[in-house]
Amino acid sequence: MSLLSVKNLSVTLRGRPVLRDVSFDVGQGELVGLIGPNGAGKSTLMRAALGLIPSQGASSLAALPRVLRARQAAWMPQSREIAWALSVEALVTLGRMPHGQRGTVADRAAVDAAIARMDLDPFRNRTATRLSGGEQARALIARALAQETPLLMADEPIAGLDPEHQIATLDTFAGLARDGHGVILSLHDLGLAARHCTRLILLVKGGILADGPPAQVLTDDLMARAFHIRAFHADTPDGPVFQPTQVIR
Amino acid sequence: MKPLMLILVPLIVVLCLSSLVIGPAGVGPVESLRALVAGDEGPLTLVMREIRLPRMILAVAIGASLGLAGAAMQGYLRNPLAEPGLIGVSGSAALGAVLSIQTGLSAAFALALPFSALAGAVIAVLLLLALAGPRGGSLTLILAGIAISAMAGALTSLVLNLSPNPFAANEIVFWMMGSLTDRSMLHVWLALPIMVVGWALLLPLARPLEALTLGEDAAASMGINLVRLRWQVVLGTACVVGAGTAVAGAIGFIGLIVPHVLRPLVGARPGPLLITSALGGAAMLLAADIAVRVVLPGRDLKLGVLTALVGAPFFLHLVWRTGRTPV
Repeated sequence: MSLLSVKNLSVTLRGRPVLRDVSFDVGQGELVGLIGPNGAGKSTLMRAALGLIPSQGASSLAALPRVLRARQAAWMPQSREIAWALSVEALVTLGRMPHGQRGTVADRAAVDAAIARMDLDPFRNRTATRLSGGEQARALIARALAQETPLLMADEPIAGLDPEHQIATLDTFAGLARDGHGVILSLHDLGLAARHCTRLILLVKGGILADGPPAQVLTDDLMARAFHIRAFHADTPDGPVFQPTQVIR
Repeated sequence: MKPLMLILVPLIVVLCLSSLVIGPAGVGPVESLRALVAGDEGPLTLVMREIRLPRMILAVAIGASLGLAGAAMQGYLRNPLAEPGLIGVSGSAALGAVLSIQTGLSAAFALALPFSALAGAVIAVLLLLALAGPRGGSLTLILAGIAISAMAGALTSLVLNLSPNPFAANEIVFWMMGSLTDRSMLHVWLALPIMVVGWALLLPLARPLEALTLGEDAAASMGINLVRLRWQVVLGTACVVGAGTAVAGAIGFIGLIVPHVLRPLVGARPGPLLITSALGGAAMLLAADIAVRVVLPGRDLKLGVLTALVGAPFFLHLVWRTGRTPV
């Protein structure tokens, strides 16, 4: 079942085309990595698909009324902003807003489940803004999980995290995809993208250059065209290894 | 939040009663209250109903308005230093009032001053609409507010500067210090309905402001209409601050300090902070208005002077404490 369907989506910001004619579908169980150089339009694509910025073309999410959209997709922006010194529990509870946030049994169950899934039980009553960066990132993912949406979208969810938290975060998203969610992440770490994503969409200059399983997207030719890089890749018993090695001049 | 209500509501009741029975008439509290409730044609009833009652009602309403608008502004801008005066409405309302004093209009017609102040507030909102546009971000709003405040401040100074009449200049300076002395029920009926509209716009913002904790993008993705939120904050604040300034002059620091002090007591949640700050603001302004009568009884100490004298050092203390232990 398709959770997001984008057809011929285009975005123009201040007269400059940022996204051109992008089309793709995301279904249940998919962990889609959105990759591409800086300025390729990854964030713009996700925000336009969510209906947060004006666009031309069609997105099944943007077409929905606000509240229904919020019950269909949870969004984790790159900023990871937590403006006030809320407790972790209060922060996670914010995710219940599209469902009314009336403290119902369902609300409490969703918050408890999200906190448990992200191993935040010991932090439940701690002040979110006083946690480490990795712990804050976990709390914000728990907030999105409490929203109980079939689709989860995150803009560079592992930027600025240490290797342990990077791998743990992607493992969490992979687990969610296995449980039937659809997940879309923008990523800069191609090595981690190769290991964790079921599918990669390579975005260059606002258009899709390639869309498919990691092995079909992370090819020498496409990496040279999109990123101007050469990379080492190998299949190991521990999974695929992909390591960019040099810039092609 | 509930224990906090159990403290604030009785505190307000006690302060209201104190506000009603403290004054230069020197009548016992029981006698005063009996005159207010039972009422006859006597002078004490007149004092209670026409002088002390409106003063108490205005202290509650304006204090609650400033606390509420301060909490809403801080929540909307996600900045603990924001305050209701930031959008330039109080400055423009003051300019309107100053013009009515300078031109002699306020001497000719009793309600000319509050009406001119309200006109100033309306002009400020129209300017905000034009400058910050329906789609601009919160930064545009702050910049437009600062520009309007600066302009209103400069024009107020110009009026004072060119004033050929030292008595008018004196009256302007005193008016700008803020006061609730000698306000009548007419002032209450003028300001209260506008403030109630402002409360009706600001109080339902609890949920959108909670969502905004995660930033504008995340709030929008949770179903919050940001454009509507923005105008509700601006118009609600303009209503309460415009009406408050129109009848009481400029009273600072309550909108800044009250939410700041109460925030840790509601777990830093911007939603519950709204109603809590409204109650806290009412309590603070009532207390300040009692203090100006008790501290220097014969000297007409101005309310705005007192709130700033108490507020500024208190704020410094908060800044000092915040610097030592990160929020």
